Amino acid sequence: MLDRDQVLHVARLARLELGEQEVARMAEELSKVLGHIEKIRELDLEGVAPTSHVIDVVNALRPDDPTPSLPRDVILAAAPEPLNDGFGVPSPGAA
Amino acid sequence: MSELIDLTAAQAAERIRAGEISATELFEAYRERAAADELNAFTWVAEAAPESNGNASKPLGGVPVAVKDLFCTEGVPSQSGSKILEGYRPPYTATVVAKLDGAGAPLLGKTNQDEFAMGSSNENSAFGPVLNPWDRTRVPGGSSGGSAAAVAAGSAPWAIGTDTGGSIRQPAALCGIVGLKPTYGACSRYGMIAFASSLDQAGPLTRDVTDAALMFRHMIGRDQLDSTSLEYPGEIAPPSSEDLKGIRLGVPEDLTGAEGGIEPGVRENFEATLALAEQLGASIEPCRLPHAPHALSAYYLIAPAEASANLARFDGVRYGLRVDGDQDLVTMYSRTRERGFGPEVKRRIMLGTYALSSGYYDAYYGTAQKVRTKIAEDFRAAFERFDFIAIPTSPCTAFELGAKLDDPLAMYLNDFLAVPMSLAGIPAISIPSGLSDGLPVGFQLAGPAFSESRLLDAAHALERAIQFDGGRPMTDGGGNAT
Repeated sequence: MLDRDQVLHVARLARLELGEQEVARMAEELSKVLGHIEKIRELDLEGVAPTSHVIDVVNALRPDDPTPSLPRDVILAAAPEPLNDGFGVPSPGAA
Repeated sequence: MSELIDLTAAQAAERIRAGEISATELFEAYRERAAADELNAFTWVAEAAPESNGNASKPLGGVPVAVKDLFCTEGVPSQSGSKILEGYRPPYTATVVAKLDGAGAPLLGKTNQDEFAMGSSNENSAFGPVLNPWDRTRVPGGSSGGSAAAVAAGSAPWAIGTDTGGSIRQPAALCGIVGLKPTYGACSRYGMIAFASSLDQAGPLTRDVTDAALMFRHMIGRDQLDSTSLEYPGEIAPPSSEDLKGIRLGVPEDLTGAEGGIEPGVRENFEATLALAEQLGASIEPCRLPHAPHALSAYYLIAPAEASANLARFDGVRYGLRVDGDQDLVTMYSRTRERGFGPEVKRRIMLGTYALSSGYYDAYYGTAQKVRTKIAEDFRAAFERFDFIAIPTSPCTAFELGAKLDDPLAMYLNDFLAVPMSLAGIPAISIPSGLSDGLPVGFQLAGPAFSESRLLDAAHALERAIQFDGGRPMTDGGGNAT
């Protein structure tokens, strides 16, 4: 149901650089799962509202009180490439 | 030492508060067992008991808790079972972990799980699979497999896990312990590394129903840091029921048919447990949940769709793994994600991305959310006639490692009896109801939203009558058989 091109398209959308073997396996596995899932499209769901939240909640507001954020150095400590008080990322022009 | 391990968490807390045993001694006894664990249930174990901080006088008495890896714990590794978060030590702690700590249950260790909670066997972990303490050639269930195995093996007094489509109940069933999936919103999700936000819910994995009630009581409540969390109506009292007089149980025939694939041994045990419930005074009748058989399909669209969005944050920029992308940003993202995610996570990201992609959104995600509405309506209608729905937790007992690893669809079918409740946001509990061929079977009760007190009470009455002996894996299957 899902061909190679579709898998590559979805992988691009999902930012996954799949290997050649993975592409083939993914096409097969996803097709099988989707084949099973397809059955719900046969249900008569005319006029049924899609679920937006399972428990009735009218609104969820909290007082708008400013509180301190975590310090910048604490957050940056987890980053693979902290740079100039920010997150370093590859830049095409910089090489 | 062994007498300490024999106590349930509630008993241990009681004894500590009465000054009969010491919290430090209890912590140390469990810490040693957790550190010596041979089931691969732990990903991290505390190095020492916490400094005495008045825990002994708090409600949970200093009885330590094992915590599923995906709960953020400040300064302590939290990777959600994934390579992509290698080395990550969060700068903050999840609300439920902080609440339990505040009530006197300090962190014993972090437990292994399926990567990002995606799986029903705990084989999808960057740390490797967890072994079932009843039979080490078999899976403990998933995704909270480490938590379940640790409690069953007596290397933790109790544990917390998360349930998105059965991830507390199914491993509890396969390991012969109690697992409670609460009403959606009962417990804050703040600090849980998200899988599917409209379904994820934290809950207890414990040796008995009384422990589950005690722990749950200290997990609930509205949290300003999670706008989907709710003020829990009423209190959770210790369960005390000894019978099921006046309780009406509905058995959903739509789920017990051939499609569910319930093994003969599980079915036999289920029937026997129903007979026991009847002896305790319950009335048992078939009930209809006509859309429930479609829950699995809806679930495997909704959960991957939400996951594909939630997992977009893992891109090699702010935390965890980064793989070089030859100076190109998108290449860096794509290679990091390719290398950092395991096969099941990639499969679900792909499935979710496809279901949300242009041209397919209405046909897949939109349809699934409509089916979800119908499933919730089915339950509401059923609860007009019945107090609880009764159904096996899992169609099968613990299966062999590797048995379903190459067949995603077969693996997903493990969740057939657990996902309807998840989609409806209602609470459900799994209690051990006996053995089939020497392996534990789980009996599941589900009730309306916020019915946990009644649910725990009914489970307590059944538990007393079943008299399940979960002791064996604590001695010969546990980490450190002394």
